[in-house]
Amino acid sequence: MNLLLLRLIAGRLVMGLVSLLAVSVVVFTITGLLPGDAAQEQLGQDATPEALAALRQQMGLTQSGPERYLQWLSGSVQGNPGKSTVSGAPVADLIGSRLPNSLLLAGFTAAISVPLALVLGILCALWRGSWFDRAASMGAVAVVSVPEFLVATLAVLIFAVHLRWLPALSSSADVSSFGHMLKSFAMPVLSLACVIVAQMMRMTRAAVIDQLRAAYIEMVKLKGATPARMVLAHALPNAVGPIANAVALSLSYLLGGVIIVEVIFNYPGIAKLMVDAVAQRDMPLVQACAMIFCAAYLILVTVADLCSIVANPRLRHQ
Amino acid sequence: MSTPAAIEPEVASATSAAPAARAVPRLSRWSRSGLLGLVVLAFWFFIAAAGPWLLPHSATDMGAAGVFEAVSFTHPFGTDYLGRDMLSRIMDGARYTIGVALIATLLACAAGTLLGLLAAVNGGWFDAALSRLLDTVVSIPSKMLALVIVAAFGSSVTLLVAMAAIVYTPGCYRIIRSLAVNINAMDYVTVARTRGEGRAYIMVREILPNITGPLLADMGLRFVYVVRLLASLSFLGLGIQPPAADWGSLVRENLGALAMGGASVIAPALAIATLTIAVNLVIDNLPGTAQAARDDH
Repeated sequence: MNLLLLRLIAGRLVMGLVSLLAVSVVVFTITGLLPGDAAQEQLGQDATPEALAALRQQMGLTQSGPERYLQWLSGSVQGNPGKSTVSGAPVADLIGSRLPNSLLLAGFTAAISVPLALVLGILCALWRGSWFDRAASMGAVAVVSVPEFLVATLAVLIFAVHLRWLPALSSSADVSSFGHMLKSFAMPVLSLACVIVAQMMRMTRAAVIDQLRAAYIEMVKLKGATPARMVLAHALPNAVGPIANAVALSLSYLLGGVIIVEVIFNYPGIAKLMVDAVAQRDMPLVQACAMIFCAAYLILVTVADLCSIVANPRLRHQ
Repeated sequence: MSTPAAIEPEVASATSAAPAARAVPRLSRWSRSGLLGLVVLAFWFFIAAAGPWLLPHSATDMGAAGVFEAVSFTHPFGTDYLGRDMLSRIMDGARYTIGVALIATLLACAAGTLLGLLAAVNGGWFDAALSRLLDTVVSIPSKMLALVIVAAFGSSVTLLVAMAAIVYTPGCYRIIRSLAVNINAMDYVTVARTRGEGRAYIMVREILPNITGPLLADMGLRFVYVVRLLASLSFLGLGIQPPAADWGSLVRENLGALAMGGASVIAPALAIATLTIAVNLVIDNLPGTAQAARDDH
């Protein structure tokens, strides 16, 4: 049985890699092949034909599309995705200096959101139909259905402007002490957490309530168990798989949220780097950042899948 | 390769809605929250359609008033960072936020439905190839795909419409295909086939009428996604370009007003929130669906 499980997991991992490869083809086709002559773009309309030809040669634009893709791919895998067309700096260095900041932001947010969302989601399932459940669910629907930047803007308005608890801008560059760091981190983490918690709470609640419809819960009820015992001792252990799945999927919303939050708070992370690169049409940088985000997304989705495979024996027979 | 259905978890709620007896139910069958959603939605669509003729002030005139003026009788939502009337800016922006999103949603749903029906009726390699291709697009987060397309092609209004349509076609395709595959296996479709009807007839006359309910619900959800995506892009400065402005750009432009109480930030933010929440209310309360039945008691 364990062998079967291992094979399934390995299969899922290979599938993730194949998806990532397919995504890289799409990303490179859109950014590298379709827009036309990058050398012309970089030099402008009044470039001499010689300069154009030289730059084309240097950028490898004389080769065919598939050749350029393979070159870019092998370079990226070896940690050298090319040079920024705007600043001329190696893309790897630009990303290397920003990535830790983003990971720190995402890690902080996840560390706060996951326990909070689980507790809220389980409480909602426990007291479903109560005013608490209604209020929390309504709040979650409202947060989930508006764009992330509204939640972030609202958080600034409440916590930084009206209550004056926290500074509105953050930058991890001017951090002198731990307390200082916590303060400059608080707003971005708080806004991001609002979005994630709402998602995760909804999915956790749904996962637990789904279990409550099962036949064994009927039996538990007939035996006269209290609602708390029914949810915590019987439904919850069986919902661990779906909940783990929900957590991993909700964390993928971090990726979308992080873009908005880094821009709104001027946070020196990789998402801000990418948005600036898009505005300046710095293709090598856009490609590299996009691939990092897509890889992170696919990893989370794959983890979510693995959680449900491990937790649900029925999925192992497909 | 079967990409997990859970990739876009929100999509699931559209499929779970059982087909309603009528695609658009009578007003009397709507619940109270559903009606509220309908009213707000109708209001915004009216503003988007008639807005340009109703503006109390010019949406671009920055002479008369001061910058970031507070709420007053002449300027119910205050003025923006250049002294323009916020109410007029919002009414003008409705055209972009709602118009662009509506066209993109219709395009995405039309393309997704057509491809989904074709895949279901043809099956075989056509279905397999199309599904794999669109699965790849789905495994790119929508915001990431949007950024990549905007980086490559710029952000004219035409491009934004095309971009949003491309981003959301695969999601619609998957739902329509899975519904259509089931209906394609029904006896009455087999009968039609035996009768010698062509593929186009089966797609349009046999399958399409049986999936209009879920299709409409999915269209509503997708409209919300498109509004959110385009507003987010504009907020990042990569969507609708000035001097034109949708509600996302209005929030971005006036972020400076936050420190001063910020009517000019809150008003466009509220406009987006009421629009998206109204659509969600309508979808969640579509009469005849499982969701509505659950909320009724």
